[in-house]
Amino acid sequence: MSQIAAVVLVMLATVLIGAFGIRVSRTTSDFYVASRTVSPLWNASAIGGEYLSAASFLGIAGLILTFGADMLWLPVGWTGGYLVLLVLVSAPLRRSGAYTLPDFAEARLESMAVRRLSSVLVVLIGWLYLMPQFQSAGLVFRTITGAPPWTGSLLVAVVVATNVLSGGMRSITFVQAFQYWLKLTALAVPLAFMLVAWWSDGRPGLAPGDEWVLPLHGRDHPVYETYSLILATFLGTMGLPHVLVRFYTNPDGRAARRTTLVVLTLLGAFYLMPAVYGYLGHVYGMPESDTVVIALPGRLVGGPVGQFLTALVTAGAFAAFLSTSSGLTVSVAGVIAQDILRGGVRAFRVATVLAVLVPFALAGVARSLPVATVVGLAFAVAASSFCPLLVLGIWWRRLTTAGAMAGLLAGGGLACAAVAITIIGGPHTGWAGSLLAEPAAWTVPVSFTVMVVVSLLTPSRVPRGVARTMVRLHTPETLNVDRGDWRPRFM
Amino acid sequence: MTGKPRRAAAAGTRGQGEGAATTGKPRRVVVTSPRTAAARRPRHPLTREIDEQTRLGEVYMGSLVRTQFRLALFVCSLLACVVGGLPLLFLLAPELRAAELFGLPLPWVVLAGLIYPALVGGAWLYVRQAERNERDFADLVDVRR
Repeated sequence: MSQIAAVVLVMLATVLIGAFGIRVSRTTSDFYVASRTVSPLWNASAIGGEYLSAASFLGIAGLILTFGADMLWLPVGWTGGYLVLLVLVSAPLRRSGAYTLPDFAEARLESMAVRRLSSVLVVLIGWLYLMPQFQSAGLVFRTITGAPPWTGSLLVAVVVATNVLSGGMRSITFVQAFQYWLKLTALAVPLAFMLVAWWSDGRPGLAPGDEWVLPLHGRDHPVYETYSLILATFLGTMGLPHVLVRFYTNPDGRAARRTTLVVLTLLGAFYLMPAVYGYLGHVYGMPESDTVVIALPGRLVGGPVGQFLTALVTAGAFAAFLSTSSGLTVSVAGVIAQDILRGGVRAFRVATVLAVLVPFALAGVARSLPVATVVGLAFAVAASSFCPLLVLGIWWRRLTTAGAMAGLLAGGGLACAAVAITIIGGPHTGWAGSLLAEPAAWTVPVSFTVMVVVSLLTPSRVPRGVARTMVRLHTPETLNVDRGDWRPRFM
Repeated sequence: MTGKPRRAAAAGTRGQGEGAATTGKPRRVVVTSPRTAAARRPRHPLTREIDEQTRLGEVYMGSLVRTQFRLALFVCSLLACVVGGLPLLFLLAPELRAAELFGLPLPWVVLAGLIYPALVGGAWLYVRQAERNERDFADLVDVRR
């Protein structure tokens, strides 16, 4: 009962805080990016709140419990991805003035074809990321109420759509910042109680010779899968649509760098905890599932305190569903509104409904995989498409329109195919299964190679304004130089 | 460039004049434009070389992009060595997989603990150096130095 109350509370808080944003969001540009008035601390908390999805809150602990030490790389990569993003992308991307990934593609390559292809990939990655959020919302809702899974998915989908429709980005920024601190508390407080309980139990450890604790163990091809996972997570972060939008709300490139540093710190603090949940779950013999985070506090700490702690982690889980889904919905809806519909606030509203409806339907029909696995696949697609586009686009003048197109098609296409085969037809076994379930190790090199080779073969198709774009991307804002006149479409 | 301070100065005198009128004591103020920076301005500021995309401008831009890219590459290589090296280490030295540190399994201490502060530290050092590179570049080409 207390769990249901907690869920209702989180939903109410989200909607109410979101409602504060209604008063301040009036114009189209308000609606999209909060008019760049978001302060750095809010911004960093908001990135953290948006980024920590059900996969981080529930999924990591579940996968560590199931597969052991190799899964520790998942949170490491999801944090370290921000270091790669910081050094290769953050400041130039902010300076580009791009609001979405398609904006960046258009600004840098001066091509509507590349823009449209990027839009398609953003929508695909967004939907692939949203689907497991809705699925695990259903799973957790069934665990606490016994209701069929689609009710939980529907609940989250409706709250997210309402929230995005009512306030746009500004309200989302406040909601997200609130969600980060809620999630941190919801995982940290039960953990403190559980550690006390574990200590007074006489600190039970693992059975001697337990292989679960060893790295490179427990899967078909652990070495390949570990490296592929590392590649996908470290390079995929920069290509996630909902992460990029947040960089636009920084006032300048320098602030974008500093915000990333704060984000890295906030995420590092959060990701210390899921591993301990997984470890304790194994020590106490919990069943291997995504719901271990929900079940563990009640198992270790009994009585009303245990009930309160269970309610708290449930609240955190729903905060995770709501925050990531909201951020993704804003980004996917923004892209649909700009590139498929004709732009404006009305188009954004229609697009929001579309952005939520499709993954909600997919969540009902797709095979249910662990949430962190599916999110990992979204990272693999981002790493094989947008990572090469961003890195080469920012640092390499000779990238051509044809090269970018070919690379996005090859890398993004192969990764999407692998994902589709894994989700629809899987699980596959042996080498084929490993290559399809962790595609990044081969799709990322393919994408980079194709982009570079095709660019070198088509030197006449280097965008004409590349020199000006490089000035815009790399010179600090304090300098008074001509940065060209490209602006994102909605301004 | 020179228009801005002058406008600001004019607005200042108007404000003061109104203030003086209310007290009934009109007071004259000398308005000066800060010409010191303008006097030292070179005939061809380097930012104009960049704007006009001359060979010199391209050389300066190229040097900024290369400096920042070398720094980024250095951080990424370091990261690749640590992150790519750890699974290799566990593969080549299997006894490390079961080793213990502070009574906990070594791989867990590293991957679920120590690596996070290391990432934050690396990011902090990078931000410091990247901002320093940008300041150096601005000092080099900015006419206001």
